[in-house]
Amino acid sequence: MSNRVTELLRELGSRMVDGWVWRLGFACRFLWRLLAESGTSFRRFHLTFREIYFAGVLSLVIILVSGLFVGMVLGLQGYDTLARYGSSEALGVLVSLSLVRELGPVVAGLLFASRAGSAITAEIGLMKATEQLSAMEMMAVDPIARVVAPRFWGGVLSMPLLAALFSAMGVFGGYLVGVRLIGVDEGSFWSQMQSAVDFREDIVNGIIKSFVFGVAVAWIAVFEGYDAPPTAEGVSGATTRTVVTSSLAILALDFVLTALMFRGA
Amino acid sequence: MQDAVATSNLVEVENVTFSYDERRVLENINLVVPKGKVVAIMGLSGCGKTTLLRLIGGALAPDKGEVRVAGKAVSRMSDRELFALRRRMGMLFQFGALFTDSSSFDNVAFQMREHTRLPESLIRDLGLMKLQAVGLRGAADLMPSELSGGMARRVALARSIALDPMLMMYDEPFTGLDPVSLGVVSQLIRRLNDELGATSIVVTHDVAEALELVDYVYYMAAGKVEFHGTPEEVRAARLPSLHQFVYGEPDGPVPFHYPAPEYGQELLAQ
Repeated sequence: MSNRVTELLRELGSRMVDGWVWRLGFACRFLWRLLAESGTSFRRFHLTFREIYFAGVLSLVIILVSGLFVGMVLGLQGYDTLARYGSSEALGVLVSLSLVRELGPVVAGLLFASRAGSAITAEIGLMKATEQLSAMEMMAVDPIARVVAPRFWGGVLSMPLLAALFSAMGVFGGYLVGVRLIGVDEGSFWSQMQSAVDFREDIVNGIIKSFVFGVAVAWIAVFEGYDAPPTAEGVSGATTRTVVTSSLAILALDFVLTALMFRGA
Repeated sequence: MQDAVATSNLVEVENVTFSYDERRVLENINLVVPKGKVVAIMGLSGCGKTTLLRLIGGALAPDKGEVRVAGKAVSRMSDRELFALRRRMGMLFQFGALFTDSSSFDNVAFQMREHTRLPESLIRDLGLMKLQAVGLRGAADLMPSELSGGMARRVALARSIALDPMLMMYDEPFTGLDPVSLGVVSQLIRRLNDELGATSIVVTHDVAEALELVDYVYYMAAGKVEFHGTPEEVRAARLPSLHQFVYGEPDGPVPFHYPAPEYGQELLAQ
């Protein structure tokens, strides 16, 4: 009996160390290499600019539409709860703080992971599978500098902008439902929002969150793509892993960041 | 740089042994590629031909022995020297490996834009010249997805000669081509070699095409060089495995059956 347990533990440990810890170490070394090779992404900014277009601009539709709907739902739910306490004019505060502090970065991050992260992984993985990366290397061009780093920075720079647009769109959605549809007083909706939302406490912290999520998603996406086995199953598996891992990473990081930023304040 | 080379061999592979993890892929390979010649490395799939190309290109390092290109050991080069060497090498990948996100012209211009400071107007002329050399100037604006297999291979060929390499390496250049494209690619390999004054290594298992095209043949089996000689010598060779390879016989030293337990026994068991 105790033998079986020992064996089980040993098996678990070896899987953890060989599979997970080893991969994490590999991913960290990859990130280090990527950062060291990032010069090209900024010297020749049009490379990164192109990736901002693919990761950021092409994600706009899903981000803006989702933001609008999340804001409208917040308006409905928030009004329902606030009205019970007779403070429905605080709706603007509720909508804007929820969005700027939490929902903006987190939901935009999740959408970004599934829209742009998966695309980055699939593209790099397919470039590897079709030997485009090897060909580049044989042409004396480092694929990490030329292909991976611009996609990483494109993702990192897009994410805070997308989260900000998501929040702005959400506030507008809350306004549409709260003020236009339900009839909360427009003046108090905006003025309470203005006085309650602090730039440093709320907005800057929200931007920091979305920046951290951007780094996490972009890192996971480029790593999974670069590390994908060069086959059809390999690339599809890597794409799935990107979405799953980055979603979990966003939620876990969100908890850590929130605990650091807003504890007992 | 070229003056420093005393020998007339551009590539020298000396006693090279290489394994992936436990699996021995190359064993004690010796091979030379004289300047200006087209040399074929032939053998069945999985005999280590592509690995040999990767060793010459410096993508892998040998476990034992030495690979020298233009007189310098590739595995002892710094990253910088290796990149400098690769600018003077061209490699054609099995399926072309064109960058799918850029047009034929941009593929050909890739190295010129990365490695030179030539003005765009000159790059345009040079790129069109390279495409003209492979007969595809008219396809300059097409994307790789719009090209047929043979055309893609030719665009990739134009891309690999963009910087006028001294050494061209071809990894299975004939695979999956129709007879016409095959003839075109084969003729291009010869012509580009002679006109550029380059040296070429062709890795292939397409016997008929290769024997017509090349000056010298190395025949590999199971990670060893089993035979080398001119195409005439290869055709006349008595070595059984080479004979089977050249004439495409289904059974011989390379067995038709994958190793398995005895047939009758396996059918009768349970």
